[in-house]
Amino acid sequence: MLLFLVVPTVIAVGTGFVDQDGAFTLATVAALGDPVVLGAFFNSFWLSALTAVIGATVGAAACYALLGAPSGGPLRAVVDSLSGVLAQFGGVMLAFAFIATIGIQGMVTVVLRDSFGVDIFADGVWLYEMPGLVLPYIYFQVPLMIITFMPALQALKPTWAEANATLGGSRSTYWLRIALPILAPSFLGSLLLLFANAFSSYATAAALTSQGSQIVPLQIRSALTSETLLGRENLAGALALGMVVVMGLVMFGYSALQARAARWQR
Amino acid sequence: MNRSELSSGRPAAPAVAHAPSRPVRTAILGVIGLVFAVPIVAMVEFTLRKGLGGGHDFSRWSALFAGGASGQYRPVLTALGNSVGLALGTVLIVLLLLVPTLLLVHLRFPRLRRLIEFVCILPISIPAIVLVVGLAPVYSVIAGIVGSGVWTLAFAYGITVLPFAYRAIQSNLDGVDVRTLSEAARTLGAGWGSVLLRVLVPNLRRGILAGAFIAIAVVLGEFTIASLLNRITLQTALVVVSKADPYTAVILSLLALGFAFVLLLVIGRLGAVRTRPARRPTPGGQP
Repeated sequence: MLLFLVVPTVIAVGTGFVDQDGAFTLATVAALGDPVVLGAFFNSFWLSALTAVIGATVGAAACYALLGAPSGGPLRAVVDSLSGVLAQFGGVMLAFAFIATIGIQGMVTVVLRDSFGVDIFADGVWLYEMPGLVLPYIYFQVPLMIITFMPALQALKPTWAEANATLGGSRSTYWLRIALPILAPSFLGSLLLLFANAFSSYATAAALTSQGSQIVPLQIRSALTSETLLGRENLAGALALGMVVVMGLVMFGYSALQARAARWQR
Repeated sequence: MNRSELSSGRPAAPAVAHAPSRPVRTAILGVIGLVFAVPIVAMVEFTLRKGLGGGHDFSRWSALFAGGASGQYRPVLTALGNSVGLALGTVLIVLLLLVPTLLLVHLRFPRLRRLIEFVCILPISIPAIVLVVGLAPVYSVIAGIVGSGVWTLAFAYGITVLPFAYRAIQSNLDGVDVRTLSEAARTLGAGWGSVLLRVLVPNLRRGILAGAFIAIAVVLGEFTIASLLNRITLQTALVVVSKADPYTAVILSLLALGFAFVLLLVIGRLGAVRTRPARRPTPGGQP
């Protein structure tokens, strides 16, 4: 436990503060201000934010729809397992799936081109660059949203809806005055979790883009495996430090929201 | 995910008043389902393509299975072997460490519970890509001592699956009255060994199995650590194969996705079958 969690984290963060000879320095941390690195953080940030918002919205809609299905039923069992597979297991395979779908010879690309005369790559192939990451990311964000948000939605008690109805409230007052305020912390918490998930995800991007490093995890890869720029391992440490800081903030926010959300789930 | 234990496995709820009507539900799920089916269908279509001439057939699937263990896909099979071995190793490490620890904390040191929970959930908030930066030096030391075999990855994986395994086992533990059971067994003259093996473990069977299955799914799907430490596992081999023969890579991906799906479906069943409504809602075992 100590050797494989604490030590690596400390080393990862610590190497950001030492130079090649092992002396303490702030130079590598200052490299975080490098335009390329800043650009990567910026890219990572908006990619995660965009896919988190879309994923959370679509996922919440799916959860709402699933509310009617009995929780022990076959539909829920299938959706639960499918979500688990796509959210945790996908990675590399999702990249393949999207190459087969909207790659240059992908099914959707070909159908659109041959049947509708629409060339989605008219301005060049974007699947292997930043915009191409958005769709695969959403593809694993939505299932994660279903996994994390479903329990909150299910904890809405039918008695609250009944109480609302007895007191003369309509469907809209129920959702606006009761359900939304209760669900808000859970929703925001799940949103943060999705953000963290996208921010730290590496496999899909690594399998999809073979050149260039537009997001932070890929920057870490090139800093770790670079053959042309020797002695950049410390940069990987600095990047890792940056990621830990962002993740720390996000997870702190998540646990704060979680504590608030838990009040209604006893 | 602290809330997950409240979710699944609950007895079928009566029709909820605020649930959407049937047509709305079907519409939403239908649209989302269709959109999510497209890439999977595209994968299947892709593997059935017959080269440049167009048309579809099953030749690539049959070629894959005809080759067997001696064919050109040997590297993938070796990698699959590596991954399965790693999965088993990880499960062994995690279960042998986690189950006794959790039981001990539950029975003897309840005050440590918060601490253990914090430590076990911690790996979720440290991205694998960050972990790997620090693991690289650690593994260069390990490689110097015991060699750079693939199996050494099992320790790192033990950390990454810890949160999932913890949740599965802990929520089972919460649903069973461990204290009474162990005291009863002790009163009847059982030693600690037989209390553990013949009383507690059978009662925690469901949580342990769920934790093990999740660990297997996570390890088989892990790519980040293996690829950056240059170890060969199923996922890294798939990437290599995809550069030379994309069709085979996609077929193997489909098979792997299908396998993981079945695995998680079984976990779900495990959670559902032996649920007693009177107790605290039991875990579904979903991560």
